[in-house]
Amino acid sequence: MSQHTTEPPTSALDLAEEFLDRTTPLSRIRNTLHRYPAISPAIVLVLAVIVFGLLNERFLHPANLSLITQQVAVVGTLAVAQTLIILTAGIDLSVGAVMVLSSMVMAQTTVHLGIPAVLGLFLGLVVGLAAGAFNGFLVTRLKLPPFIVTLGTLSIFVALTLLYSGGATVRGGEMPELLTAMGATFDIGGVNFTVGVLMMLLLYVVVALILQKTAWGRHVYAVGDDPESARLAGISVNRVLMSVYLAAGAILALGAWIQIGRTNAASPNAGAELNLDSITAVVIGGTSLFGGRGTVWGTLLGALIVGVFRNGLSLAGLDVLWQTFAVGVLIIVAVAVDQWIRKVRK
Amino acid sequence: MIIATDAAGQAPAAGSAETRTPILRARRLVKTFGRVVGLDGVSLELYPGEVLAVIGDNGAGKSTLIKCLTGAEIPDEGEIFLDGKPVHFKRPQDARAAGIETVYQNLAVSPALDVAANLFLGREERKKGILGSVFRVVDQKGMRQKARDELTALGISTLQDVTVAVENLSGGQRQAVAVARAAAFGSKVVVLDEPTAALGVRESNQVLELIRNLRERGIPVILISHNMPHVFDVADRIHIQRLGKRAATITPETHSMTDAVAIMTGAARE
Repeated sequence: MSQHTTEPPTSALDLAEEFLDRTTPLSRIRNTLHRYPAISPAIVLVLAVIVFGLLNERFLHPANLSLITQQVAVVGTLAVAQTLIILTAGIDLSVGAVMVLSSMVMAQTTVHLGIPAVLGLFLGLVVGLAAGAFNGFLVTRLKLPPFIVTLGTLSIFVALTLLYSGGATVRGGEMPELLTAMGATFDIGGVNFTVGVLMMLLLYVVVALILQKTAWGRHVYAVGDDPESARLAGISVNRVLMSVYLAAGAILALGAWIQIGRTNAASPNAGAELNLDSITAVVIGGTSLFGGRGTVWGTLLGALIVGVFRNGLSLAGLDVLWQTFAVGVLIIVAVAVDQWIRKVRK
Repeated sequence: MIIATDAAGQAPAAGSAETRTPILRARRLVKTFGRVVGLDGVSLELYPGEVLAVIGDNGAGKSTLIKCLTGAEIPDEGEIFLDGKPVHFKRPQDARAAGIETVYQNLAVSPALDVAANLFLGREERKKGILGSVFRVVDQKGMRQKARDELTALGISTLQDVTVAVENLSGGQRQAVAVARAAAFGSKVVVLDEPTAALGVRESNQVLELIRNLRERGIPVILISHNMPHVFDVADRIHIQRLGKRAATITPETHSMTDAVAIMTGAARE
């Protein structure tokens, strides 16, 4: 061993040493966050719960926590649809409007036309799918940017909702039980849960499994990551995009059903804030607006963070405007963190 | 001296090549874009187990030639034979389905997906049984194992962590992933478009080594490159395009780089 030892075999590509940039603590953190984008919202949520729990003892009361989940159920559901679309590097400004339109169709057809509740729900689903198909058509066929498409369809769907409903709210008492079923509560260990919350959680499980375990899920990520690469790999980009918008439409119809249960009414004026709140949940949940990166679990955390902040700040006795202020800060921090994470090995 | 090609496109090419049957053969391909003639009756033969380099100046028609062979363009005239049978590619997917895999210059990899997912992108394998058939669950474990095997077989032994996202890899490693994907699925022909153009010296050598590995495994390679040293390093034969025509097909043994450049630029005549 007097001389330097034998060189590594050059015939095998000696690539291992190229895994550099893992050395400094900061870059190691960044690599970890990069790989598991749901970590940072999870940390924020835990910290927020601890801080608000310390500020006001009522915050951690089971009834209050249950209330937060109920407040999050609708936006959490819409945010699943939003996540799918943002994963493809798109954005949907019309999710709230589609949800309300679908809920009005469910309520009006059953109450005013006397159609059976199951059929009413089905018609609501058809409306959600049609709206998704329309958005998807404009994005894939006319090649319009999703931002512009959904900015336009937002107005269209809001107008259609008001035209169709005549601006009138349908109260839950008038509806058949099935339509308000999502508002039904049940006890687990003295804590109230609604069927709607359960449904939302189920949706997260199903969509997470699909994204993780199926080829379609991988293709959604690949299309958002780099559509040209996906195309060259033999993936039909337009078909994937279209299926994403259709899936989003179906999820929005489910959101409509949950919304009717939650508010015990179908109101044409509900949901205006949900268009942007769903984006907030997705972004705070660590999903990148540039597509191809993120998880629905992050989105659930994001939705819960917003719910916890609103609830916690109001329990702390702060003006409601400070809640809005805090959410704004959260968004900017979340996107800044995403930007920093994406600089990995660049 | 320069070996000429006859008008019928029958190349009395170097070595013993003419005694074998080509795996891929193009006969008198013509492709025009409006009034611009991209290919003016070009023929090409690729024999089993060889590396055929395609060189030529910008606008000489080498991209168009490759696009016709890989289904990205449809030739106006001429025929393409794969394994002796005529083929008509309408889309890149057709060529791929027939066994011609192309590694594009801009590397068709998805940065956020891991190595194994990239290798199987667009042709994911499903789990056996009801999970795969009804619930369409992909066989992640199996695909990762196959990815490892494939990389090992190609001599990319140190890229064993197939769960690393491709964006965390260097340029050479990404190229290795792209090449591995092209070679992984029982392909008959692998086409590499400027694989070393964006790489440093060491990474280029790795890719050239990879090309030799492909040849050793019996997979014929078409290599499009501007880099003469690289071409003369790995190619068995060199197809030279000039002004939409095949100027010549030479070998590194019989010709020097200077000869090749002379034919490319028209300084030497057929």
